[in-house]
Amino acid sequence: MQLKAEHIDFRYNEKSPWILKDVSLSVEEGERVAIVGPSGYGKSTLARILAGYRKPVSGQVLLDEKPLPGKGYCPVQLIYQHPELAVNPRWKMGKTLTEAWQPPKELLDRMGIEPDWLTRWPSELSGGELQRFCIARALSPKTRFLICDEISTMLDVITQAQIWQVLLEESEKNRLGLLVITHNITLAQRVCDRIIELPRLNKDL
Amino acid sequence: MTEKRETILDVEDLVVAFRMYDKGFRKKDLEVIHSLSLKVGKGEIVAVVGSSGSGKSVLAHAALGLLPKNAVTSGRIRYKGQTLDNAKRKQCLGREIAYIPQSVDYLDPLMKVGPQVIGVHGTRERQRELFQQYQLPQETESKYPFQLSGGMARRVLISSAVMGQPELIIADEPTPGLDLEMATETLSHFRELADQGAAVLLITHDIDLAFHVADRIAVFYAGTIVEVAPKEDFLAGKDALRHPYSKAFLDALPQNAFRPIPGTQPYAGNLPSGCLFADRCPYRDEACAGEIPMRTIRNGEVRCVHAAESGTY
Repeated sequence: MQLKAEHIDFRYNEKSPWILKDVSLSVEEGERVAIVGPSGYGKSTLARILAGYRKPVSGQVLLDEKPLPGKGYCPVQLIYQHPELAVNPRWKMGKTLTEAWQPPKELLDRMGIEPDWLTRWPSELSGGELQRFCIARALSPKTRFLICDEISTMLDVITQAQIWQVLLEESEKNRLGLLVITHNITLAQRVCDRIIELPRLNKDL
Repeated sequence: MTEKRETILDVEDLVVAFRMYDKGFRKKDLEVIHSLSLKVGKGEIVAVVGSSGSGKSVLAHAALGLLPKNAVTSGRIRYKGQTLDNAKRKQCLGREIAYIPQSVDYLDPLMKVGPQVIGVHGTRERQRELFQQYQLPQETESKYPFQLSGGMARRVLISSAVMGQPELIIADEPTPGLDLEMATETLSHFRELADQGAAVLLITHDIDLAFHVADRIAVFYAGTIVEVAPKEDFLAGKDALRHPYSKAFLDALPQNAFRPIPGTQPYAGNLPSGCLFADRCPYRDEACAGEIPMRTIRNGEVRCVHAAESGTY
């Protein structure tokens, strides 16, 4: 399987400046690719486009040469930079966790999710605790590509190492393709096979 | 530790608990911060690092009076020798005391960011000057928060905090989402503010960056401080540190071993008696079950009965 972005252009409206211009890249299954670049260069925008949350102005996102499915479970899942904005504030965490699938107990243990947290509201958990839910939620077997947008900056380093260990094991096991957006170049070198610098891809900008 | 500087923020024996409903109408208190003491002096940056959910933000919120209604606190928080109560806060917050929140959703989504940064006490000139300093294009001031990238929103939050001339800055993770250059620059800006006399409490996960700007580093675990040490000890490597958790922390950095220790931090509702780190600690024995006081060792403080002068156990 392959996730491919072809000649992606994006801007918010006709008057605003281009954020992405003619960006192309591809990720193979089982491959781990890092995207780095200064803040405000459209890394998160690209992540949203690849996961189907935004439509590019032109260009296309192809999963095995076909566009992303418009309904049903999307095999390309995005884990956000701000977990507190990615959970429903009016759902208890148990409901959020099982939104897409029923993660096995063993995975929750490895992610360090305490059973007690399932009955809490999102406002009662820290950012790092919420992020573990968001990651476990996205690890359904139907997921083929995982886009990680700065998923670990809000975590302490031990939890960071713990979560990346789980993510690497899971991606190995399920042959997941990983696209990792990060500012931490040592982390990128540590977890990824290949590093892409977005400013180089982004033509004419 | 010898205190030469004037103490700006003085937290003494702080306990914070959240009152929750257990079953039916039965209430229980969930203690999230236990007997925590920390001082930040004039011109000093104290970095607070530690596990997620260990109460770092709760400490900031307690100082700023931002705790939710169901919070119960005891202990003392003093600002320049005076108890920091609501009246005092009303006088100082936004002027002498600045806060940089952790989450970018502290920005008002319906207000353009320029006026937000200016706030009640600021001026447009100062806002433009700050935007320039933080490399925010001038048109940013007429944008709404949703139009900003994560890093830009972060810089907007920082600008609004340093609008006045703060004497105490409480920054709750100001750097995630910023690229290395910007993060380094932001932290060196805090260093400048500290050198001009501000006291800075810097809560952060970017510990490798914090090592360079901070004077002292406090390590949090499960709601209390397990070690406070001068930054030189962190730069020297794990053998110079005193607490096994601080050592594990250095080991987990991607540039070091990237090796996590097993287990999780104990949940606030289910804390062990004695040392909170005991069940993940390679050195635990019977002595760890008792009360663990803060001890001064080699110019730092540590909450571990086994820590010794030599750095071994």
